[in-house]
Amino acid sequence: MVGIISYGVYIPRYRIKVEEIARVWGANASDITGGLGVFEKSVPDLDEDAATIAVEAARNALLRRQIDPAEIGAVYVGSESHPYAVKPTACTVGEAVGATPNMTAADYEFACKAGTAAIQTCMGLVKSGMIKYGLAIGSDVSQGAPGDALEYTAAAGGAAYLIGNDDPIATIRHTCSFTTDTPDFWRREGQDYPRHGGRFTGDPGYFKHVKGASTLLLKETGKSPKDFTYAVFHQPNAKFPQKVAKDLGFKPEQIKPGLMVPYLGNTYSGASPIGLAATLDIAKPGDTIFVCSFGSGAGSDAFDIEVTDTITSDRFHRGAAPGVEKLLKKPIYLDYALYAKHKGKLVMQA
Amino acid sequence: MRDVAIIGVGCTKFGEKWESSFRDLFVEAGALALEDAKLSGEKIDAMYVGNMSAGRFIEQEHIGALIADYAGMATRHIPSTRVEAACASGGLAFRQAVIAVASGMEDIVVAAGVEKMTDVEPGESTEALTGAADREWEGFVGATFPGLYAMIAKDYMHKYSMTREQLAQVAVKNHYNGARNPIAQFPQEITLDTVLKSTMVAEPLRLFDCSPITDGAAAVIVAPLERAREFTDTPIRVLATAQASDSIALHDRRDISTLDATVAAGQRAFKMAGLTHKDIDMVEVHDCFSIAEICAIEDLGFCRKGTAGKFTADGETALGGKIPVNTSGGLKACGHPVGATGIKQVYEIVQQLRGEAGKRQVDGAKIGMTHNVGGTGATVAVHILGRV
Repeated sequence: MVGIISYGVYIPRYRIKVEEIARVWGANASDITGGLGVFEKSVPDLDEDAATIAVEAARNALLRRQIDPAEIGAVYVGSESHPYAVKPTACTVGEAVGATPNMTAADYEFACKAGTAAIQTCMGLVKSGMIKYGLAIGSDVSQGAPGDALEYTAAAGGAAYLIGNDDPIATIRHTCSFTTDTPDFWRREGQDYPRHGGRFTGDPGYFKHVKGASTLLLKETGKSPKDFTYAVFHQPNAKFPQKVAKDLGFKPEQIKPGLMVPYLGNTYSGASPIGLAATLDIAKPGDTIFVCSFGSGAGSDAFDIEVTDTITSDRFHRGAAPGVEKLLKKPIYLDYALYAKHKGKLVMQA
Repeated sequence: MRDVAIIGVGCTKFGEKWESSFRDLFVEAGALALEDAKLSGEKIDAMYVGNMSAGRFIEQEHIGALIADYAGMATRHIPSTRVEAACASGGLAFRQAVIAVASGMEDIVVAAGVEKMTDVEPGESTEALTGAADREWEGFVGATFPGLYAMIAKDYMHKYSMTREQLAQVAVKNHYNGARNPIAQFPQEITLDTVLKSTMVAEPLRLFDCSPITDGAAAVIVAPLERAREFTDTPIRVLATAQASDSIALHDRRDISTLDATVAAGQRAFKMAGLTHKDIDMVEVHDCFSIAEICAIEDLGFCRKGTAGKFTADGETALGGKIPVNTSGGLKACGHPVGATGIKQVYEIVQQLRGEAGKRQVDGAKIGMTHNVGGTGATVAVHILGRV
């Protein structure tokens, strides 16, 4: 059955605290941490971008599983911060992991859910027999305009999933999506920062689509929230996933292992994939995981995942690559000046 | 001049109405008013609609024809006119409808107000609203409405030693009333702390001193008083309609913290009705910012200049006080869909006079007043309404 053969995560080492950003803009930090439930966010190094993060995550996935990279027949990278508008990040990743040239590749963009869309694509190619393995990645160095609410959460990180049907560590038993044309958040070609409709990103955006896809998955599988050991929801902040989980009938302890946003920020295309990875880091054979991503624009992909015996077998080496908890440890804190430099907000003289 | 009466009223719920378009909003309010007056559309002779800035908010002008069309009146070719006076657009639309009936030109006239503000980002709506100030002398140099009213507040607090807590009491009281109004955008009670700890917008005004961005529409139907009983058992008589203007720029005023247009319109209205402030049972004033309510109740004569802070803190403007102010929750809690606000104020007073205001009912209400301001006080409309 189609599923996850391996997975890997990468999170840059640098962080900035919400208080430091609030200090610059004269905002009350406790209002923001209280309102969003986010305390700090990851920041890329000067030479890190969505491509380098995707490569690191993919390499971490391959460290955990002995497969021939040449058997990877497809690479899809989902991001809203691809370093090039034209020239795929996926080719760079394919080359870096040794999957080229007999592979198909493309970049995806669907705001925060392009990574899960890549997983679905790979599932289809594997199930149809077109490829043996597919590499699906969600990776972002997301943008928030200086002073905008997004600046407190827009973070950097990514996760890679190797999809196949040969001895998966977790089977993906079902997936479905819920998509509409909803302009809650957008960035036009050539613009540096996204714009958003404020509270409009809530009810008509996040909640409508996450509930739409989640309810559909529960209906199509005939399951209820209590049938799952864990649940992972897209996490633009801590409040949204906590509220939607409660509304759908999931318990706080089900979402706790995958709720990384308070000390990571929103890694956009990386967010739900990293949440799933953090859950897989602690999962035991037989555990079941409910996943629902969200991307503005807007849509959600939901997954019904069951962990197999392989995850603890000698065919998979969970400890060969760092888990999410380890990646979040030993951060290096930046002040706003260094953060601005890292994020390329300082315009250098030519 | 003929006496004029209100025979029907309707109002949408106010809020971020993402599922309702501009058209949906005024059609809903109009239908509610017609239903209230037990009237069919073919009886309508004319329409006036207050709308400030559909051109900027939804890129639609020619609102008069649009509402006649979507109200199903296009085939009857009735006259339909848009009235614009920034935030006082609704109050002026009502006044035009009253004048049309009083003059004998028309019999059954709809006065409506509508604004759809949430289709643009907050920055764009602030910019659109700045059009109510003096673009050349205020807007172009960066003044926004919170900034202008903050200057009024600074000046007032300096002159009259009003405390920050007294000013905050305006919002606390209006949210208490709004929590009892089913159409209110923010029907939540708040505490003094909520106001004092909210985000600073323009010193000394904080977030909870400011009215919100709102979608909504309201409509009322007026007719000659002598025909009013054909449509309703509880007609409400228009005792006075008054309007006044002043310099469009704040810095050109005689006194920055007195709205002379409010003083003038108030005096004209009292004179026309043959009444004084003591005869008024409740008043809806234009509290676009907390300081605006402080100025308004003084400028209308409900308390002496410089005393409105204490008057408010003492509960004299609350339900059960000497003069209940903004029983609807005001612009602060009920919401402020700019063009609709003046009509919503009439809607609230009519509900009070009919005894239909539920938990915010003023006991034995016989006479009420509305006060609608455009800009920082360059246009003011005041109306006095009474039970028949």
